[in-house]
Amino acid sequence: MRLALRGVNLSIAAGECVALVGHNGSGKTTLLKIAAQLTQPTRGEISFHEGERPVALDEVKNRVGMVGHHTLLYDELTAEENLIFFAKLFGLPDPAGKAREALDPVGLTGRAADLVRTFSRGMRQRLSIARALLASPGLLLLDEAGTGLDPEGQHWLASAIQRLRNSGCTILMSTHGRNETQAAVTRAVRLEGGKITHDSGVGGDPKKILVLAAVRGTESGGEVES
Amino acid sequence: MATAATEMQAPSRPAISAPSVLLVFLLLAAASYGALIWAPTENTMGLVQRIFYFHVSSAWCGFVSFILVFIGSVAYLRTRAPKWDWLSVASAEVGVAFFTVVLVTGPIWAKPVWGIWWTWDARLTSSFLLWVLFVSYLVLRTLVDEPSRRATVSAVFGIFAALDIPLVYFSIWWFRTQHPQPVIGDGGKLDPRMGYVLLLCWAAMLGVMTALIRLRYRLEAMRSEVDAYRMDAARSGH
Amino acid sequence: MTLARAASVILAKELRTEFRSRELLGTTAVFVLIVMVLFSFTFNPTSSESRRFGPGLLWLGFLFAGSLMLQSSFLREQTNDTLAALRLAPIDPFSILAGKMAANFLFLLFVEVILLPVFAVLYNVAIFPVLGQLLLVLTLGTIGLAATGTVFSAVAAQARLRELLLPLLLLPVLAPVLIASTEATIGVLGQPSELSLVWLTFLACFDVVFLTAAWMVGEYLLEE
Repeated sequence: MRLALRGVNLSIAAGECVALVGHNGSGKTTLLKIAAQLTQPTRGEISFHEGERPVALDEVKNRVGMVGHHTLLYDELTAEENLIFFAKLFGLPDPAGKAREALDPVGLTGRAADLVRTFSRGMRQRLSIARALLASPGLLLLDEAGTGLDPEGQHWLASAIQRLRNSGCTILMSTHGRNETQAAVTRAVRLEGGKITHDSGVGGDPKKILVLAAVRGTESGGEVES
Repeated sequence: MATAATEMQAPSRPAISAPSVLLVFLLLAAASYGALIWAPTENTMGLVQRIFYFHVSSAWCGFVSFILVFIGSVAYLRTRAPKWDWLSVASAEVGVAFFTVVLVTGPIWAKPVWGIWWTWDARLTSSFLLWVLFVSYLVLRTLVDEPSRRATVSAVFGIFAALDIPLVYFSIWWFRTQHPQPVIGDGGKLDPRMGYVLLLCWAAMLGVMTALIRLRYRLEAMRSEVDAYRMDAARSGH
Repeated sequence: MTLARAASVILAKELRTEFRSRELLGTTAVFVLIVMVLFSFTFNPTSSESRRFGPGLLWLGFLFAGSLMLQSSFLREQTNDTLAALRLAPIDPFSILAGKMAANFLFLLFVEVILLPVFAVLYNVAIFPVLGQLLLVLTLGTIGLAATGTVFSAVAAQARLRELLLPLLLLPVLAPVLIASTEATIGVLGQPSELSLVWLTFLACFDVVFLTAAWMVGEYLLEE
């Protein structure tokens, strides 16, 4: 049993677009999972605030969307059924309508009635992202959301992130470093061995850390998104 | 964040002190003397009946052990403190050991007296099922590698298994009332001297149980510590 | 979102998934059928013998089939880590268990009900006069089976050797259900038919105890 994170103290303000960089195993996924409340930290805690007022963790769940390593989709259901199901679980009004709406931006309206089992990797990833955006989240957590997307998909993702940023969404995303989505990033945090080694801070310049991460990624043979 | 290893004390005292060992030994000796020599020989069954003292007291201790499993399981889920998990596994293993004694002494008693090794009478059958239940608990533990997941998962199963105990006893007892069979029980009245010996045996067995659980608990604590050291080593060699 | 609402959404999803492929129901039904046929070789299925031994074998068949079928309950959620998706939703974690318990209950009851006439024919037992009572016993027994089985499926999903582990965990714990259901069924099929209040109350108690236990500790199984 390894400790994935050690002594991580991180404060993120609303509207920030934070990139988490680091090698595989540096703790990025664990940090994202804690933010999503999927894992409880062994020690320490996570809290959300609206101004000075703390928000109940249960309430926060309504406004969090996550794209993980796995697709989080049911292969035996159609794309539309998947989205309707999750829309219902999030208590959204008119789940069917919301599902249809969500399929359009990811270009899957034509495949709404097809089983997810028949989808390609890229299509599943797009549907997974659509799923995360269903409830119009105020906090979006992306765990290497670009993997599996073709260049067109990557481009779409980058502009979607920019759009979300413009509408005030807070984004926390893990990345290996070289990525189109970098453009929207306002802050970069580097994790190594479970500790924060660099943080460009609120209002700082994330570019140096991102570039460093991209270079290191190629040196040690880490994955580079194409 | 302090490492797990530096937070734990290296055990310097033995799990059970010499005086306690002596006490348990004396109790056991007294109980054995009482059971094998002092207690009157039973009329109908003869010498072999003496096994009843150990049979019954082992069953009681097995019970207490399984109640400890329940307590440990509930406490672990509420506090997440590993020591409760250590208590649970220690008690489960000791409980299984005691019920093994019950299941072995039962037939040993039955054969000379009733001519058959086993009857599916209420008490023996229930004991058998309890034994199986907690063996399953132990098997479950061997199949989950990650320590905190293992603790959580076995705590849940431990709670279910413990809650099952009264249901097992009732259902088997009522079944037997409907379909009576020869009972490997304490046939005959209990001479007061037998009562004293039984009490003594209970005390002795309780002592043995406590000692065994403490030893096993300590073993589990040490294993946990070794794991923590290993983790530290892996991390610093990073 | 209330517990009941979330659980029913999940129940609907489970039903939809299963009725699309029907593979689980079909396979389970065939398995119980095989068990019934094999058991018929172990004694002479005359009417009176069947009334004595049949119910026990029937319930054993249901328990075995159940412990194999219930595996998939949580294994299905591991494929694309959809369990994480469920846990991300703002719902009471117990609703995940509740929805699955309800689904498993319906699946098992369905299999049992379609196999009842088959049992009646193969073993020369008259079930129609006592159908209502039989269904009552089936329902109470299956609630216990489904509730406990779903929880243990979540337990086994986190361990190795889960195909063997689930029956290993489930069957001993369900022994009281086996005894009570069998005895109640024998009573109902007896001549004259009698409905044992003791056993039925016992089954109801078992169900209440284990549903409550599942409610109190079940969600710990879903954590990471």
